[in-house]
Amino acid sequence: MRSPTRPGTGLDVALFVTCLVDMFRPSVGFAAAKLLEDAGCRVVVPDAQTCCGQPGYNSGDRADAIAIARQVIEAFEGYDYVVVPSGSCGGMISHHYPALFADEPAMKARAEKLASRTHELTGFLVDVLGVAPTPTRCDATVTYHDSCSGLRELGVKAQPRQLLAGVEGVKLVEMTGAEICCGFGGTFCVKYPDISNAMLDDKVADIAATGAGTLLAGDLGCLLNMAGKLQREGRPVKVRHVAEVIAGMTDEPAIGEPAP
Amino acid sequence: MKSTAHAFKDNVGEALRDTNLQQSLSIMKVGFVERRRGAVERMPEFEALRDRARDIKNHALAHLDFYLERFEQKVLALGGHVHWAPTAEDARRIVLDLCQQANARTVAKSKSMIAEEIGLNEHLEAHGIAPIETDLGEYIIQLRQEPPSHIIAPAVHLTKDQVADTFHEHHSKLGFTRRLTERNDLVAEARHVLRQKFQQADVGITGANFLVAETGSSMLVTNEGNADLSNTLPKTHIVIASIEKVIPTLEDAATLLRVLARSATGQEWSSYTTFNTGPKRSGDPDGPQAYHVVLLDNGRSNVLGSEMQDMLRCIRCGACMNHCPVYGAIGGHAYGWVYPGPIGAVLDPQLLGLEEAGNLPNASTFCGRCESVCPVRIPLPKLMRHWREREFEHHLTPPTVRKALGLWAFLAKRPKLYRAATGIANRALALFGRAEGRYDALPLAGGWTRHRDMPAPQAGGTFHAQWKARGGATR
Repeated sequence: MRSPTRPGTGLDVALFVTCLVDMFRPSVGFAAAKLLEDAGCRVVVPDAQTCCGQPGYNSGDRADAIAIARQVIEAFEGYDYVVVPSGSCGGMISHHYPALFADEPAMKARAEKLASRTHELTGFLVDVLGVAPTPTRCDATVTYHDSCSGLRELGVKAQPRQLLAGVEGVKLVEMTGAEICCGFGGTFCVKYPDISNAMLDDKVADIAATGAGTLLAGDLGCLLNMAGKLQREGRPVKVRHVAEVIAGMTDEPAIGEPAP
Repeated sequence: MKSTAHAFKDNVGEALRDTNLQQSLSIMKVGFVERRRGAVERMPEFEALRDRARDIKNHALAHLDFYLERFEQKVLALGGHVHWAPTAEDARRIVLDLCQQANARTVAKSKSMIAEEIGLNEHLEAHGIAPIETDLGEYIIQLRQEPPSHIIAPAVHLTKDQVADTFHEHHSKLGFTRRLTERNDLVAEARHVLRQKFQQADVGITGANFLVAETGSSMLVTNEGNADLSNTLPKTHIVIASIEKVIPTLEDAATLLRVLARSATGQEWSSYTTFNTGPKRSGDPDGPQAYHVVLLDNGRSNVLGSEMQDMLRCIRCGACMNHCPVYGAIGGHAYGWVYPGPIGAVLDPQLLGLEEAGNLPNASTFCGRCESVCPVRIPLPKLMRHWREREFEHHLTPPTVRKALGLWAFLAKRPKLYRAATGIANRALALFGRAEGRYDALPLAGGWTRHRDMPAPQAGGTFHAQWKARGGATR
């Protein structure tokens, strides 16, 4: 039975955790699972997932990107939806997988089918489920960075803000240049560290200018990058994935903060 | 100009240390973006126009041979001449011959990226002909003996003070001995100096924004009117343009003009839009006696029909570099050749070779801001990725990168092994980083930790290990 508060009832949702969440910030995965379960979905985490393949794909290693895409398609077929707490990995599956199989019609059809069912987390909650998450509270002035792939490939812009507006105590202060890249870019930040750093300098200045005590975004790569810089500069800004705040799971230390 | 694209990383270091450049960039990367945003907001049909602009260029490229021949016929019928230049060397030779036939000693040049691409100025100078740049930005960098750093704003890397110094140095000998500091005074002085040069010029050379097949016109936009003086005062007018500039009709030109200036500078129209349609006819009040069009290929026809063809839609508005955070950090000179920014990262490897320019398509985060503003919707990140694929196929990717990728892919294709490896790495990083919550240095991660800390993983194991331990569903 579907109800307005649990519109996901009866849906099987496969969670693509992403390699960075798996390795660095499992709480983002659990926040995503909680949000989906609160909405009534049955959450499954297929075991055969590793990475979406972007490091290879964006480095020109098409053959390995195809092999990994094939593995993901096989592991994630058969669910009603695939949800990803990252616009970058979500965009890889929903925009780039079909293009990888241009010469293989049968696989292309499977890739397209998967692509059509794959969503970034906040986009899924708002656009597909139309859910208002379980009321929660977080007393913080926050600013939000729009990660590039989520914003430009998937149109994620209003959704996280709408969900944050439902969290009691959150005050959102928009930064200048919220839509400008933070300089992460996957392997870019280690291949061209000085350019990356110059971009990151601008971003950190824009974050600091808001006076917000918390920085949120929807992609862990960007968050690790910005957190690392804020902390290197000794700026007192807590950095979290937006899912943690929406799910009311802010008891964990923020990114890069020592465990109690 | 001689390429330094191979030394991209050194160029970047220099650019980041150049305080004048950084000051200029901080103004540039905000100004252009705001002006375009305003122009687009004032035009509700802008997105639909971008689709039409893309379609016009795609159609022209699909029938390029037809429209080029039609353009040639029209120019010949008007009494003009068309010269086909397969290579940059051919184009230089043709233009030099034409200048020598006109007994030219000085040439008035209106801004042309094709002239930069073929190294025209150096070639003319080597043969005793003085090219005078008449676009203000080009004039400034010509005095400073620098290449342009931007395709529509060639001197955007300079501060006003630097321009003041340059004028003071070069104009003193012409009698202008006062060092000016006001923007308007600097422009007025340049105008005065340039006006005399226009009158001495034997030949005018201009580029073209579009070539209109229907009428045989070459079309040019400027904000200074310098092109109009370059093509009406001298007796000979030479247009140099690459083959992909041809479009079918005047109506197509009108559509493309509506997106061009808005994308470039946020203007609705550039101040001057000129259609040059053949030499002076009897009864015309002015115009050149001889009209030549040099059509440059320089490898472009090889791109037709390939996965890279979309790059040929470019109308050279500069919006991609105006919005590029990488360009905004390092400026145009760091790219090392004529075309900087995202379009340069796609064009330069085609024109220079991947060995020379391989860094350019790699130095992008794929943030996609360029594609989101391109008036003809060129998928610039996709084209850059294609170059990376060719680099990988031809084993031009640096060996360390290739090895790291190989290890990553080996693990990523074996989920059980991957789980074991990430489990160990996670535990080690979490354990040793527990006290601080982050690392300020890590072996093999110098590229990261040079400028920022590396957050340590949360305690408790990887997500997958914890999910399993909690009995979460995996199928």
